[in-house]
This record gives sequence, structure tokens and C-alpha cells, in this order.
Amino acid sequence: MPDPDPILLLEDVRYRWPGRRAFGLHVGQLSLARGETVLLLGESGSGKSTLLSLICGTIAADAGRVLVADTDFAKLSPGQRDKFRAEQIGLIFQQFNLLPFASVRDNIALPLQFAPKRRARVKDPSQEARRLCRELGLPDDVITTRAGTLSVGQQQRVAAARALIGTPPLIIADEPTSSLDAETQESFLELLFAQSRAHDTSLLMVSHDARLADQFDRVIHMTEIAQTLRDAA
Amino acid sequence: MILRLAFASLAARALTVGMTILAIALSVALFLGVEKVRTGAKASFADTISGTDLIVGARSGSVQLLLYSVFRIGNATNNMTWDSYKDLAAQPEVDWIVPISLGDSHRQFRVMGTTTAFFERYKYRSGQPLAVSDGAVMDDLFDAVIGADVAATLGYEIGAPIVVAHGLASFTEHKDQPFRVSGILEKTGTPVDRTVIVSLEAIEAIHVDWRNGAQIPGQSTPADVIRQMQLEPQAITAALIGTQSRLQVFSLQRAINEYPQEPLLAILPGVALQELWQIVGIAETALIGVSGMVVVTALIGMMATIFSSLNERRREMAIFRAMGARPRVVLGLLVLEAVLMAIIGAALGLALLYAGLFIGQPLIDSAFGLWLPIEPPSMRELWVLLGVVAAGAIVSMVPAYRAYRMSLADGMMVRN
Ligand SMILES: Nc1ncnc2c1ncn2[C@@H]1O[C@H](COP(=O)(O)OP(=O)(O)O)[C@@H](O)[C@H]1O
Ligand SMILES: [Mg+2]
Repeated sequence: MPDPDPILLLEDVRYRWPGRRAFGLHVGQLSLARGETVLLLGESGSGKSTLLSLICGTIAADAGRVLVADTDFAKLSPGQRDKFRAEQIGLIFQQFNLLPFASVRDNIALPLQFAPKRRARVKDPSQEARRLCRELGLPDDVITTRAGTLSVGQQQRVAAARALIGTPPLIIADEPTSSLDAETQESFLELLFAQSRAHDTSLLMVSHDARLADQFDRVIHMTEIAQTLRDAA
Repeated sequence: MILRLAFASLAARALTVGMTILAIALSVALFLGVEKVRTGAKASFADTISGTDLIVGARSGSVQLLLYSVFRIGNATNNMTWDSYKDLAAQPEVDWIVPISLGDSHRQFRVMGTTTAFFERYKYRSGQPLAVSDGAVMDDLFDAVIGADVAATLGYEIGAPIVVAHGLASFTEHKDQPFRVSGILEKTGTPVDRTVIVSLEAIEAIHVDWRNGAQIPGQSTPADVIRQMQLEPQAITAALIGTQSRLQVFSLQRAINEYPQEPLLAILPGVALQELWQIVGIAETALIGVSGMVVVTALIGMMATIFSSLNERRREMAIFRAMGARPRVVLGLLVLEAVLMAIIGAALGLALLYAGLFIGQPLIDSAFGLWLPIEPPSMRELWVLLGVVAAGAIVSMVPAYRAYRMSLADGMMVRN
């Protein structure tokens, strides 16, 4: 039964990196309900990050439709696309998430700068950043330190706080735990889940690690939704 | 917050950014300093003499005559005879004439022999006369009137004894003649401030025991004997002339230049100044050009710094993009950084300039007789600073546009 109001919907999307014939991506159908947590599994090089770039609108599909919160990226100008991304999506990468020279607070507040609606949902960005840090188990004084001085595990939590601030409806995480050791990995995920559940946020997380599967509402394999062409056609 | 991020990003690269800013600051200080010296020199030169119609001296270049007679720069290669002077003084066109005799010094200051008419006739800054701030003009043979800077530098008061040296920076002093300070002039901002003025006769008195620049061995005439002597000069260095009517200036000038008894040169101070500007003008343009190039070099250095930082900052820009910044914002951020560097550099340059002025002002004054006023920055200087900042912004567009292209291609993921 199709979801009447998915936060994310991809239909018959095709993409090929310019000048690279060897790799192509074709996604038949992918949808994500509001508040749903989904783990997307796939081998390295299978096109997971490419798919996330399509969802974030930083690359445009060659064919098909990408809808985030009922809005088709193809109908937006590049500038609107950037703003829309900031409004709708909280992003966490595998590593190098933060501006190392900026304070933790400024890093967390950064997306609000480009997303007025998200900014409007936050009364006091400084307070909210502090609260999120506390919720994510970071020490209280971390807020004013330079992000570059934190440990990798702490940096990932700050990235999570940044994705959560202003409660965007969709959080996308590209292998956020692969640079963490097993223990940190677990607590990081717990905290992320707790926060996204609290705000009814959808979570799409990409990984090549199947052990995380049981914590998610749903698990999808790249092979189920996408065809990747690796041969030079 | 963007501004804070830009500052933080700059601070994180403190060393290279600091070097870049320092280069900009030094170039700006140099440029403004050259401007200051240029305008200061021009103003002080133009203000130095007024009310004098002609300056007469032995035949040489008109600029040279102007420089040594009025500005005490350089020396006369020849003198004019006292006979010619008297002859000129008797000309009907001549309203007044003031002789000037140079060639001796007191410490680092030049000694000028003249008549008391000098104090009435010499005018500066469009007609301002000299004024005695303390004491009186010379009355006695061994009286000296000193300029404000002489008094200030050497700490002289009325009655202070002065020993005059023959020649400039010479060590042979005319120890026997006990001059004393009879008057101190008010500050004028002209070379008069750095001059010791005595009577023409006094110059003769100094040289009683001297022949051809050397002291006659064993001879030392006591002061009271000198007082009895006939002290008429053989020659003087130059003379300032005022005419009865301005209409006569040119005919008098021609007459003097064709003076049959002796090769003389008469110049109009204003015309000679113009000539001087023309000579200086080339150097001036070259100087502005060179210091302008230094500013350009510093800005290109900044551009190179930004360029070389782009690769290591690709991630930073990808993060901005991922957080919703348009490529335009990335471009703007880099330009903003450049503008901040240029502003800090320009402000620091201005501070360096004023620091330099504070330290250099008395040194430049005593070394070159150039008093550079310490004033708030002029409109022109502010425009220069604004220009530097604008140029910084324009120059930074090149690497910023490159970053723009890069961040368009990279999106939010940097591939390496
Ligand atoms: N910016 C890019 N430009 C060109 N090719 C790219 C780019 N990003 C990824 N690719 C190519 O796309 C393919 C899939 O990569 P990616 O989406 O990063 O896979 P995954 O994230 O699953 O490891 C690879 O062959 C990779 O070389
Ligand atoms: Mg990937």
C-alpha cells in the first residue's frame, strides 16, 4: 500500500556521473514514511553516496523524480534547491563533518543560517545547541571549544546535534559510525535514535555494516532498489 | 555569524594570514608615507618664500640657486662680489635688497650672514613676516639670532654663547669669536627655523684669521681688535630683491642676467619652484608608481595565499554547501575573507604610518628640513585605503571564482 505522504520518494531515477561511463545508477522506487528509520545497506562503490547526493539535490537526476516533502527538486532553481535542502534535511557524514576552526556552537547553528523556517523553530540557537549537546552526552563546556580539538566520536555527536537542530523532517546519515569504535558506535546510534524519535524525524542511514540492522524500522539493500552498471556500456 | 566564521577561519591560518596582512600593511604604509613626504615637501617648499621678487646669485642653475639660497640645500659654487651687490642696490628699480652670506655652520645648523633688513623683508606662507619670540634682532657684531628649531634642539636661551665653525660639518671651529644668542625666532616651518643668523660683518669677523679656508698659523686676533676693523665683505652668496613695481621684475631680471661685470643669475622664486616641480615631478611619478606596485604585489601575494589554501579548504566549502549554502555564499565567503585581510592590512598600514611619523617626524625635520604634519587622514588617503580594500576584493574574485566552480562540482562531497 503506497504511503500517501512520504517524506521521501524516488521514482525511476537514473544518474550517471558526467564523463564516467563505467558507473550508472538506476533506482526504481524508494520511499520513506514520516518518522520512519531506514538502514540502507550496500557495498562500497555501489552508489550509496551518489544516491544521497541525489536526495539532497546537490546533483540532479538525469531522469525520474526525486521528491522530498512533496517537492520535486527538478522544479527548483539551484538556489532554491540549496535552501530547500537546508530546511528539510539534516546531514551527517562519515567524517570531516565540522568546520575545525569554528566553535561547536557555530557549527551546530550553521544550517540555521541558510534555513529561515528551521531558524524560526529555534528560540535561542545557543541554548538549543547546548541542550542538544547535553542530550547527546557531550560535556557542558564543549559548546565554546573549537570543533577541531574534539575527538572523532565527539565530532560525530556534534554533527548529529547540527543535523537535529531546528528539527528538519529528514535526517540523512552517510556511514556516520564507520569512523567510530564499536562501543562509541552503539551509544552514538542510541542517542541519534532517541532524538529523532522525540521529534518524529525520519532517518535514512547508509552503511555497509549489516550488524546495525535490528535497530531500524526497515532495512533496504541497494541491490533491491537500484541497479548499478559497472561495465563500460 | 558568517563574519565570525570568516574571522575564525582566518585566525586558524594565523601565520600565513598574518604574513599576508603584514605585507599589505607595509605596502600601504609605504604608499601613504610616500604620499605624505611628497605633499609635505611640496607644501613646505611652496610656503618657504613669498614677497621676494628676485633672487640673485652667481651664475649657476636657477633651481640650484633657489635651493641653496632659500632652502639651504647644497652649496653655492660661486659667490657674487660685494661691488655687484652695491651696484644692484643702487638700481632705480630695486626697492629693497637683502644680502645673504652662507658657508659657515654651528653644530648641525647653517649660519647665515645678512642685514637686519632680512627680518623685515623675508616673508613666508603668503606674506607672513618673521617674528622674534624672545630677545631681539642682532645689535652687536657678535649677536646671533637663532631659529626656533636651533633653540629647541640645542636648548639655547638668550645670552647663550655660540661658536661658529667654518664650512659645513667642519671640525675647525672659529673658537676665538664669542658669539651670543640675542634673539630667538618663532617657529615658521621654513629653513629659517634651522638657521643661525648673524650680521654680514660677523661673517667677516669670523674669517679675519683665515685665508683660503685654513687658519693662518699662530694668528689669533682678539675680539676687541676685530671690533675696530673695517669689516666689509668681499663677496656674498646671494641677494633677495624686491622691486618698486612688479612690472619691472622682468626687465630687472634681464638686466641682471646680462650684467657685464660678472656672470650673475636672477630668478623669480615662483618660476624656479615650478622648474623644481618639473624635475621632481618625474621622480614623484616614479615614486608613486613604485609604491603603488608594492601595494599591487602585496595584493597579488594575498591572491596567491587564497589560491594555495583552496585545496585544503575544499572540505570546508563542501560543509558549507551541505548545510545549504549556495555556491555564491562560498564565493562571497572568500571575498569577505580577502576584504577582511585588506581592511586589517590597510588599518595596520595606517597605524604604521602614524607610528612612523611620530618616530620619524623630528628625524626627517632635522635631516631634511621637512616637517611632516601629523594630522588625521585626508580624504585622499581614505580613498587610497578604500581603493586597497576594493582592489583586494577584486583580486580575490579570481580564486573565489575558482572555489565557486570547485564547490559546484564537488557539491557536498569531496572526492579524493
Ligand atoms: N563526484 C564524483 N564524480 C565522479 N564520479 C563519482 C563521484 N562520486 C562518486 N563517483 C563514482 O560513483 C561510483 C559510486 O560511488 P559512491 O556513490 O561514492 O559509492 P558508495 O558511497 O556506495 O561507496 C564510484 O564508481 C565513484 O567513483
Ligand atoms: Mg560512500
